[in-house]
Amino acid sequence: MATESFQIENDVRERAPVPAGNTAVEAALNRRYEAGFVTDIESESLPPGLDEDVVREISARKGEPEWMTQWRLQAYHHWLTMAPPHWAKLAIAPIDFQAISYFSRPKNQPKSLDEVDPKLLETYDKLGVPLHERAKLAGVAVDAVFDSVSVGTTFRKELAEKGIVFCSMSEAIREHPELVRQYLGSVVPVGDNYFAALNSAVFSDGSFVFIPKGVRCPMELSTYFRINAGHTGQFERTLIIAEAGASVSYLEGCTAPMRDENQLHAAVVELVALDDASIKYSTVQNWYPGDENGVGGIYNFVTKRGDCRGARSKISWTQVETGSAITWKYPSCVLRGDDSSGEFYSVALTHHRQQADTGTKMIHIGRNTKSKIVSKGISAGRGQNTYRGLVKVEKGADGARNHTQCDSLLIGKQCGAHTFPYIEVKHPGAIVEHEATTSKISEDQLFYCRSRGIGEEDAVSMIVDGFCKQVFKELPMEFAVEAKKLLEVSLEGAVG
Amino acid sequence: MLKIDNLHVRVAGKEILKGLSLEAKAGEVHAIMGPNGAGKSTLGNVLAGREGYEVTAGSVTYNGQDLLALEPEERAAAGVFLAFQYPVEIPGVNNTYFLRAALNAQRKQRGEAELDSMQFLKLVREKLAVLHLKDELLHRAVNEGFSGGEKKRNEIFQLALLEPKLAILDETDSGLDIDALKMVADGVNAMRDPARAFLVITHYQRLLDYIVPDFVHVLADGRIVESGDKTLAHKLEEHGYAWIAGRKLAGAA
Repeated sequence: MATESFQIENDVRERAPVPAGNTAVEAALNRRYEAGFVTDIESESLPPGLDEDVVREISARKGEPEWMTQWRLQAYHHWLTMAPPHWAKLAIAPIDFQAISYFSRPKNQPKSLDEVDPKLLETYDKLGVPLHERAKLAGVAVDAVFDSVSVGTTFRKELAEKGIVFCSMSEAIREHPELVRQYLGSVVPVGDNYFAALNSAVFSDGSFVFIPKGVRCPMELSTYFRINAGHTGQFERTLIIAEAGASVSYLEGCTAPMRDENQLHAAVVELVALDDASIKYSTVQNWYPGDENGVGGIYNFVTKRGDCRGARSKISWTQVETGSAITWKYPSCVLRGDDSSGEFYSVALTHHRQQADTGTKMIHIGRNTKSKIVSKGISAGRGQNTYRGLVKVEKGADGARNHTQCDSLLIGKQCGAHTFPYIEVKHPGAIVEHEATTSKISEDQLFYCRSRGIGEEDAVSMIVDGFCKQVFKELPMEFAVEAKKLLEVSLEGAVG
Repeated sequence: MLKIDNLHVRVAGKEILKGLSLEAKAGEVHAIMGPNGAGKSTLGNVLAGREGYEVTAGSVTYNGQDLLALEPEERAAAGVFLAFQYPVEIPGVNNTYFLRAALNAQRKQRGEAELDSMQFLKLVREKLAVLHLKDELLHRAVNEGFSGGEKKRNEIFQLALLEPKLAILDETDSGLDIDALKMVADGVNAMRDPARAFLVITHYQRLLDYIVPDFVHVLADGRIVESGDKTLAHKLEEHGYAWIAGRKLAGAA
């Protein structure tokens, strides 16, 4: 089992001066919320702090069975023995895990979508995630997670007719315990890494998807995550299972209001693909990135891993990461089944003081396994962008092939791009290719566009969009449009 | 339409244009010839507004406006077009998309309605037909992986589509074989119009066999040293640029 760590990292450890305001996680208890876009909904939160009782309390409030409580406690005790990882090229102030509230949910728990607080629905509307009519028009089934709790899943009935389960993780624990027990933690074990262990102990909700044998999911499934309440961490847990011959495309979007504190987001996503199954997982991550001086913003520590357990199975990750103050994320594929394949397409943008250390791991175990990595990093302002990837070919992986393409684009003179590709090959016949480029938006390109009438900012957007094209074309249409707009907004003021 | 008066330009601290004056009226084709290093490309870049070119003296008036006060994109919207000697590649940006963005940005700046996809494609087809071009270049990224000839053809296609009032061709003939040269020249000739002026910057006379100019100017050492009709180009071809230098010296003496 691959764990979320990379070897030989000591040389990349770096500690930069901590920007003012990052200690806010510790001291933010009495702080007034920044206006931004906070939804005024009564919520029920646990006081800040984490101990065994808090873990039990979360489990109790969610009405979980004893086996789930024990699972969480096991994770919690494992977490206590671990230390936060330091190998990433990220300058992070120490996080005080006792200053965070581990559970927050809207007070009036809805029983169905019609009972959901109208203010909550309004929020999703503002975010462009209409739960009702527009969702139907768009043909996307949406599960929306607000703070810690899933607030409603559209299209449930239509999906159920095909035997597809798409619900919140809490419901899955209640209604499909046998599936949850079988698969939860089977890809990312409780002690996998520091943040995964924390998530396993305190996760509050997330999405659960089960596609039965031979079923092609007839629509895109989608989750929208939003952190609303202050001083809360969000720890969602997503599990997607595609049985033999099944296929599904899943989209995830994330936003958070502006706050001058740093908020913690530590999610775990597990994908399981059995024989001939395929899972496509797309993310557009736009958590609040902090302001231009590096105050506030989400700390995004995410463990995403897919297990190509069956022969000829396929898992494809596509991510567009424009938000968060800190991004630490390596969506990976364990290519266990013979002839299985994994893909990773990524656009990561860092502007102002944002830092991203992101990439993927492709673990080739089965025979004739294939993997493809396309990573596009964009740095602007004082942004620091690191690609970190591991391609590992095990002894038995006859005929393994990997192709990695890793491109960086720099805008301005104070940003940085870094590439750390790790390659471990234990099979003599493996073919592993790595291509990397670093380029700047050239004066010549800008002048060429401007001389044709295109203004400077539009020209930059256009050049960046072209740079990201290979990744954008992997996204479903409406997400590609959104991703493009996000990049434009995120790059405002990057030139001139 | 265009009046350049005593223009002095420095590039990286070095004076390249040293008092260049030139006038062009709508409908005229002016050829600017000269040896390497005379300042031909500098002239094109200064007119289009590239950064790094410092105007130390003189003026450029375009349709009564101070051209040098405008940003490059404003000059484009006002009808100035530079066909680049070395068009740059913009990977991943579709050529058709780029052209539509350019045309609509200009139209917007001029207060005209933007064209939707259908209107734009109709215009593209018209222009392709006029220039006898195929549309294969339109589906590729801007200049990406284009041959030298394809890049120049693409410049001429942009010229046709954007319909500028003042078109500056910077050594559009360089690196072209004879067939490509003819194709480019045919495109330019199809665009000749009583409302449009051309500055054709070239090193060699051969382009002027196909694009017959109304006036020929010799640019040497940062100034126009000789002006005449198309026969001047033939004299240059015959005697070489040394001939001009010799006449200049004789004149100075």
